[in-house]
Amino acid sequence: MVHGEVWTLKELFVTPNEYIYWGIQIVMYPFMTGLVAGAFVLSSLYHVFGIKELKDIARFALVFSFALLFAAPVPIILHLQHPFRGINVMMTPHFTSAIAAFGIVFFSYGAIVASELWFLYRKHFVETAQALREKQDKSRFEWIGYFIFCTLTLGVYDISEGALKRDEKAIKVLAGFGIPVACFLHGYAGFIFGSVKANALWMTPLMPVIFIMSAVVSGIALCMLTYIVTMELRKMFVSRQKAQYAGYQSKEKIKSVEIHVIQMTAKYLLFFLILAISLELLDLIFRGYTAVKSWDVLRSVIYGRDFTDIFILQYGLGNLVPFILFLLPKLTLRRTVVGVILVLFGVFMMRYNVVIGGQAFSLTFAGYMHYHMPIIPHDIETLKEGFFGAVGIFIMPFVLFWVFSKIFPIFNYKESH
Amino acid sequence: MITRRELLKYAVGVAGLAAPLTALEMINPKKLLAGKSGPSKVRWVFLVDTYKCVGCGLCVKACKNENEIPYDANVTRTWVERYVLTKDGKLFADTPKGARDGFTTNKIDLGLGKYQDIKKEDIRKAFFVPKLCNQCENPPCVQVCPVGATYQAPDGVVLVDRTWCIGCGYCIMACPYGARFFHPKYHTAEKCNFCYHRISKGMQTACVEACPFGARRIGNIKDPNDPVARIIMTERVGILKSEYGTKPQVYYIGLDEEVR
Repeated sequence: MVHGEVWTLKELFVTPNEYIYWGIQIVMYPFMTGLVAGAFVLSSLYHVFGIKELKDIARFALVFSFALLFAAPVPIILHLQHPFRGINVMMTPHFTSAIAAFGIVFFSYGAIVASELWFLYRKHFVETAQALREKQDKSRFEWIGYFIFCTLTLGVYDISEGALKRDEKAIKVLAGFGIPVACFLHGYAGFIFGSVKANALWMTPLMPVIFIMSAVVSGIALCMLTYIVTMELRKMFVSRQKAQYAGYQSKEKIKSVEIHVIQMTAKYLLFFLILAISLELLDLIFRGYTAVKSWDVLRSVIYGRDFTDIFILQYGLGNLVPFILFLLPKLTLRRTVVGVILVLFGVFMMRYNVVIGGQAFSLTFAGYMHYHMPIIPHDIETLKEGFFGAVGIFIMPFVLFWVFSKIFPIFNYKESH
Repeated sequence: MITRRELLKYAVGVAGLAAPLTALEMINPKKLLAGKSGPSKVRWVFLVDTYKCVGCGLCVKACKNENEIPYDANVTRTWVERYVLTKDGKLFADTPKGARDGFTTNKIDLGLGKYQDIKKEDIRKAFFVPKLCNQCENPPCVQVCPVGATYQAPDGVVLVDRTWCIGCGYCIMACPYGARFFHPKYHTAEKCNFCYHRISKGMQTACVEACPFGARRIGNIKDPNDPVARIIMTERVGILKSEYGTKPQVYYIGLDEEVR
């Protein structure tokens, strides 16, 4: 079986080698990098622009961005026909290709997030390491913890007032430097698609900008969702065992902080959502108005075959409904949860409609291809490039986030600045 | 406060460190090769005479056998398309199995198991168009390969390194002609290379040799005495999808505007 044949159905005039080569994992790739970039931009809004209302969610978003970062390249690796050769991109990067920069952009971005995290949590590392050092009769876990935190301090134990001031400055610089890099990380994912001149749907210079805007939207939405879920869990813990959490004393206090943070963040979500939708509609209108050679086939795909996916699921359910939900006065948590889940779904559908929609028509402009995502896997290919592969990618950052939150406490830790 | 002596010391130090860096020049293999052997004297081009093609598919069969593309796999390095234009202005086109077995029926393959029967008297015109890699002068597939596994030889043929290709599929996406696919066995990008192993030894490509009607020909555009080069230079020939700016090097005689 040829790669792609199992999930592609051809109709009318399609050339023999055409298949939907880029499947669900290539939908997941821009979706996940978008979440990374979006979460980082959210955290930078506080660190760089000093938007105080976002203080509570900023640190949270940064740790989450770090967790998402590890999940972002996995879809590509699962998609590669030769995954073990993936490292070739680093060894012989061919810089005329948009993908060649991946390693460099990805690792420089990773370095920025990691160092920002280090400066943010340095005090915590030092304090924990010192506390564990002084402790007599360490258990095995405490020994492991001691080694981890000693390593994480990188041998710097100076947590004087002056040193922490300098840390703060470093965080600001890193966050400021990180914004363009995060936008580049995702903008260039848009460039990968936008620069394919052979694909009539993809080729538009707006693609990177559209990708960045929807990335920020999805990143903020996911941070809000995870934030609400963790806060709810905390409320549950607090009502069970009181006074264990020093940061917030009572359930009521948590609730008031939570709703305040969410209402503030929702405003930024709306702002970026408007930008994203405007750009997407501009692209659509422009295509219809200029109506070049490919428009006939594009129109039949956009308004015909993919109408449900694009106008009902993406624009309707994914954009319009949450837009109204957030605009209605007196935003509640429950409404927010519904809203952000719909926003995430909308952004996912946008990626889907770009990646799969771009392959829904033939290069001949006289034929169509239908994508049937493999659900029940019957070999390794349908497993990794099917429903379960995609779900696995989506779950991965949450597991990582849970692991990271053991090292980078997101709530209990009293901030140094 | 820095003294003059210290400043000079630093300056000498920086200069000393910088000196070895100048030795690091990016080496361009093409430049080195050109310096040794001069520009290539060969530029392979292909000429297809669509008037002569009858859609027998012997070229596709020969290509599959010659280039070890699994016979029953639904991918092929070269294929033949059938175009039928009806009097009411409709276009029907198909290429069942890349025309490996030729066009054995008058019915047009519409995909999804459907066929369209067209009455002879309804046909305005009908013809066959063989397709293969265009070995573009400005190949988008080479541009987008992230690891440089696909490259253009000095004689213009675009080749794929099966040992280095990571199988991302970007080149397949970038080709406006649908010439590329994943090899079912090697799982790397695959395409027509004008039978490079044959032409570099002075032989004809497998498809040219297999065509009983002389519809396919290969030649060297840099040789003014080459019969193929002569036709391309002196007669009216067309290329596919010029709007993409890829400068394809497969020339067609008798191209119709309906050809995709």
